[in-house]
Amino acid sequence: MNIVLFMIIVSLFIAIIFFILFIKSVKSGQYDDLYTPSVRMLFDDEIIEKKEDSLEDTKSINQINNE
Amino acid sequence: MISKIDCFHCGAPCDSVPISFDEKPFCCNGCKAVYEILNENELSCYYDFEKSPGNIPAELKGKYDYLDNAKIVENLYDFIDDDICVITFYIPHIHCSSCIWVLENLEKLNSEIISGIVNFPKKEVRITFNNTKISLRQVVELLGSIGYEPYIRLEDTLNTKRKIDRSLIYKLGVAGFAFGNIMLLSFPEYFQANEFWLERYKPLFRNLIFLMSFPVVFYSANEYFISAYKGLKHNILNIDVPIALGISVLFIRSAVEIIFDLGQGYFDSLAGFVFFLLLGKIFQQQTYNYMSFERDYKSYFPIAVTKIDKDHTETNISIYDIDEGDRLLIRNEELIPVDGILINGNAQIDYSFVTGESLPVSKISGDKLFAGGKQLSGAIEMEVLQTVSQSYLTQLWSNDVFAKKQNYSIKTITDSISKKFTIIVLMIALFAGVFWYFKDATMIANVVTAVLIVACPCALALSAPFALGNMLRIFGNQKFYLKNAYVIEDLSKIDTIIFDKTGTITTNKTNISYEGMQLSKHDKQIVQNVLRESNHPLSRMLYDHLKDTIKMEVSNFKEIFGKGIQGVIDGKEVKLGSQSFVQNNDSYNFQTSIYVKINGIVKGSFIFENTYRKGIRDIFKDLSTDYKLGVLSGDNEGEKKYLEKILPKETELIFNKKPEDKLVYIEGQQKNNKKVLMVGDGLNDAGALAQSNVGIAVSENTNVFSPACDGIMDATIFARLPDFIRLAKSTINVIKISFVLSFLYNIIGMLFAITGNLSPIVAAILMPISSITIVIFVTFATNYVARKNIFV
Repeated sequence: MNIVLFMIIVSLFIAIIFFILFIKSVKSGQYDDLYTPSVRMLFDDEIIEKKEDSLEDTKSINQINNE
Repeated sequence: MISKIDCFHCGAPCDSVPISFDEKPFCCNGCKAVYEILNENELSCYYDFEKSPGNIPAELKGKYDYLDNAKIVENLYDFIDDDICVITFYIPHIHCSSCIWVLENLEKLNSEIISGIVNFPKKEVRITFNNTKISLRQVVELLGSIGYEPYIRLEDTLNTKRKIDRSLIYKLGVAGFAFGNIMLLSFPEYFQANEFWLERYKPLFRNLIFLMSFPVVFYSANEYFISAYKGLKHNILNIDVPIALGISVLFIRSAVEIIFDLGQGYFDSLAGFVFFLLLGKIFQQQTYNYMSFERDYKSYFPIAVTKIDKDHTETNISIYDIDEGDRLLIRNEELIPVDGILINGNAQIDYSFVTGESLPVSKISGDKLFAGGKQLSGAIEMEVLQTVSQSYLTQLWSNDVFAKKQNYSIKTITDSISKKFTIIVLMIALFAGVFWYFKDATMIANVVTAVLIVACPCALALSAPFALGNMLRIFGNQKFYLKNAYVIEDLSKIDTIIFDKTGTITTNKTNISYEGMQLSKHDKQIVQNVLRESNHPLSRMLYDHLKDTIKMEVSNFKEIFGKGIQGVIDGKEVKLGSQSFVQNNDSYNFQTSIYVKINGIVKGSFIFENTYRKGIRDIFKDLSTDYKLGVLSGDNEGEKKYLEKILPKETELIFNKKPEDKLVYIEGQQKNNKKVLMVGDGLNDAGALAQSNVGIAVSENTNVFSPACDGIMDATIFARLPDFIRLAKSTINVIKISFVLSFLYNIIGMLFAITGNLSPIVAAILMPISSITIVIFVTFATNYVARKNIFV
């Protein structure tokens, strides 16, 4: 039966942890800009891909020059 | 016809022969240069995300030299250390994913830049760079060279960085946390009365709930108490008075119930109430961070100017350090910061933003120059007559309207209804108390507090924030940005609309037409060749208008200041200029025109007219049925006849008004109990915009150029102004209907309360249901009226 008491303490404890995390994330500015990260996340792949492309381009140009 | 080719970089249509590079068309060398820079540095991906995302890079040479002056820029930095500094720039051009991408990869262009982080909604980029290797000026010039010139405002160099206020989010977080947990802990008692285990743990549950309610009342809801107190102090029953009353009664009665073990209290209703109220507050708080509605002259003035010392050395000084008698160098396209006298150089000053005059004026050495004008042709030197704060333009801001602070008068529809509401509620509580005194005196406290709890105007207080907040967003999506939600309400109440002319109902383009004898091709060429010799703004405009030509030798060229020009080509004598100059008489007309006389024959005249915005006639016709209309211009009466022709008869047309006169005119209208909407664009309207009930600035570029106002409207949607006003009115109607709905809820709750049957569970059900249904109703209704008004 003390399990009820135990469960309440645990649940409150968890709730408070999440609450603290929420306050922390607000403080760090995570909610100040809700748009840019959604765009930024899509970029990373593109840069690498393009980089390789351009590297290949220079390679092929070098090859042509060598020939 | 060849189909128009658009520039690969900026998307502007190219000339007949585009500049071709890398098999791609460019409209100008500037665009091509940006493409080359990006291409060389592996950033050509820029063009893959968005079609033609670029901007034509502006000429920056010398413009940012002042950034080398450490004293001027010290306040610009977010952080500065020995070798690292962080700075946030506002860049108006940020508009798409390509922009984010290129600005976050700046290190590819210059390895001394450590990182760039874009905040897209604010149009800002935060750049970290190594300041021992690259100077701030070089960073700015690098940004400029790829078309992302930052906009550095004078006020940025003055005050310290503004702090972001996140307290509302914290408050909402606290209220939400408490609301959820209190509700969970309350549930058992609602559903399982007198159960063994419950009885045993009841004190624990209740005390936990009690404990959690403290931060809700004393932290989350504190602003309502403060506002109610301020309202009462000024003898005003604003909406926060019944809210604060409700919260206090809820808390005290619940606390008493728990302390004396009388019941479980209404803590879940209390927490839910505060949570919903704060939610409404956040929803209403839509802000356009990158826009400023509080701009004054400081936003337009340069941060620093070039001062010429006696020994001809040039130094950059902050404009606050300008003293009388200083000599200043004003470069092409720069703003004149203070009143002064022209010393030398070819001055063509565009005052359109300051006075509303539509055409630039020429000045000669010795003429007075006023602050706010923009130099259009080359560099000039001037001597300072007055310091910045004393100048003609800045004096406007010493007017009282710019000093007005928030006053505690009843303004909003919610506040005006809450006054009656509060009084009625107190009456009901009194009557119920008296009634129960005779019937069962032990019930008095119970019933009276129950009435006050039910009276908590939750739904009432939520209607307006959600309706106005939603409408604010709808307006914003249509490129009509309002300062805050209350502007919608003010907009619905206006009965008089005053328009500025130059830049508001006209565009910045000038239309040139010709009247008189047909000019042969040869005649046109002759005229144009004479015009080429002149630097007068009208000559330049006409020269550009006549387009392609063959160069011819002009002899005996003479420019008579303020009158016209003359010259001889192929033995033909050409005279161009004002009517009096060309016809040798004293005639004068208001129209801006250049008369043409070739070999002694007056051929005709070129007439310069403002181009009016599309749909002007329809807007005025549409509005004239319900509103008193007027046009208030700083320009001369040249266009009066035309305006009389296209505008409805009742429209008042007033010309030659200085900025202060405009303010006084609006004030006069208000004294006659008119609610005035002022639509303007420039600094010359700033006083009128501030004085009017609602001031709307029309802007071709909403990011940069608009004076202080209540709303900024993109020029492209100007024709839909009547729709927006109608929509504002519909919004108020929606709010009124939702008031009726929320009163119904209050009446139902009141029936429970008066009969002494308001148990915590009834309150806990009634309160969220009423709030949620009101929010849903208001959101749907505002979306519906918006769609009905052609907005899709």
